[in-house]
Amino acid sequence: MNLEVRHLTKRFGGVAAIDDVTLDFPSGSLSAVIGPNGAGKSTFFNLISGALLPDGGQILVDGEEITGRSQAAIVRRGLGRAFQVAQFFPTLTVRENLMAAVAAHRGQWGDLARRFPPPGARTRADEIAAMLGLTESVDRVAATLSHGDQKLLDIALALALEPKILLLDEPTAGMGPEERARMIDRVQHVWAEQKLTLVFIEHDMEIVFRIAERVAVLCYGRLLAAGTPAAIRADPAVIAAYLGTEAPKP
Amino acid sequence: MNGFWRDSGVALAALVLLLGAPLAFSSPAFEDFIIRLSALALFATSLNLLVGGSGMISFGHGLFYGFGAYAFALLMQRTTLSLASAVLLTLFLAALVALLVGAVCIRLKTIYFAFVTLAIQMLFYSVIISWVSLTGGDQGLQGGIPRRVIAGIDINQQGHLYQFCAVLLVAGLFAMRHITASPFGMTLRMIRDNEARAAFLGIPLWRPKLAIFVLAGVFAALGGILASLFVSGAYPEFADWPFSGQAIFAVMLGGIDSFLGPLAGSAILLALNDIFTRLTEYHGLVQGVVILLFALGLRRGVLDFLRVLPGRGEVASR
Repeated sequence: MNLEVRHLTKRFGGVAAIDDVTLDFPSGSLSAVIGPNGAGKSTFFNLISGALLPDGGQILVDGEEITGRSQAAIVRRGLGRAFQVAQFFPTLTVRENLMAAVAAHRGQWGDLARRFPPPGARTRADEIAAMLGLTESVDRVAATLSHGDQKLLDIALALALEPKILLLDEPTAGMGPEERARMIDRVQHVWAEQKLTLVFIEHDMEIVFRIAERVAVLCYGRLLAAGTPAAIRADPAVIAAYLGTEAPKP
Repeated sequence: MNGFWRDSGVALAALVLLLGAPLAFSSPAFEDFIIRLSALALFATSLNLLVGGSGMISFGHGLFYGFGAYAFALLMQRTTLSLASAVLLTLFLAALVALLVGAVCIRLKTIYFAFVTLAIQMLFYSVIISWVSLTGGDQGLQGGIPRRVIAGIDINQQGHLYQFCAVLLVAGLFAMRHITASPFGMTLRMIRDNEARAAFLGIPLWRPKLAIFVLAGVFAALGGILASLFVSGAYPEFADWPFSGQAIFAVMLGGIDSFLGPLAGSAILLALNDIFTRLTEYHGLVQGVVILLFALGLRRGVLDFLRVLPGRGEVASR
């Protein structure tokens, strides 16, 4: 599915956290959103996913406007997200986390007529766990997982909704180099296999330029530039504002 | 559905034991204990549907217990409804009240939720105290529960009341167990663990929260009905805040993460009261010491403690 934002604006007090941003994420693309701390990247995701209401502008999924809808309604429209700080259900096991998400996706969250899990949820949960390499941890209580596995579980929960668009807020935040590589492999693998429109926020430029097809640069809430990694790397405004002298050599 | 059959078996066995006990040994004190336990345990377990099961800490759950007792006693005194109809109508009215109170409260977060529920309970308590012509005020509702014998059950006989309470206790606990073990019960655990994540899985949070608030209110009212039968009337203390506190103690003593924890806690609390009220007038002090021992010593309720014990490692705390 195609995701598009037009003239998106959000102010906190007098400060424009997102200022007239217009961007297009074509169906099936893999895009990165980069920018210095406080550039408005997480706010951008919170607006798209309905956690925050924009002060202006529109958000469209396949041409249909979703601006102002509830989080639950946006989820049902096919948009899933994972968080900068992994969000999951800490007292449940990994499998219970995923079975509960599958039940929610199937509209069985209010089912009182049977016992948990509903039929088929376990098989589906194990499939999703396998997709993200969590098979060995399915019986562990989520609170006891490593940081990296918790981030993977957060993404797995989003995938349980069978989204067409997936937003990942810093999937490699707080990870060591080895864990980062594993996470990025998984993300790329899931993107290709599920034919998702995937947008991720990332600080590691090496990762961004390696896997992203398209890059959008935010700076103080404004869209500084958007285009292919090569174009972004060469963009003088981006170099001046963000990449600075540490711009990776072509 | 394995869990369903296992729970059915446990419920059936408990029922057979409870109903068979008076045949094996006749002890009015034991029957008396079970009758009081059934009221408190239904109340405490219903509170734990909110506290442990959904992360909604209500300080005003006694409202529904008190409402159940007064509504039932008044229906029995002032109408000619049969026992069963009076019970069902009381539960229906309790559901309506819970729907109204819940509609106001469930959007509030943590401490605000706790205190607004408490405020509404105290409002109800004031109404009971001041509406003397209907409720008897601080003297309680006098006049007894009229006899209405149906199908050979005479609720004014202790033996029959015991059977009635035993059946409703087991049936009520079984129904609540089913709620917590259903996909709906899992949704409540998700909300307890992480509301934001639950919302992003497409769950409209207010609906399950309101639903469990109403269900918990209905089961608390069922406890109130049994209490009303035991005392042949109703007392304003049922709707006063210390009584809500008793249920919270029962939950804490027995174990917040074990389904039968509140039942165990209720039994401990009642037994402590019975023993120490006889020995000393400072039974409140004893109760306080015991609760401190549990809170600081075991760090959890009895059943939670036993569950963690056999090498299962630390159960994740919330």
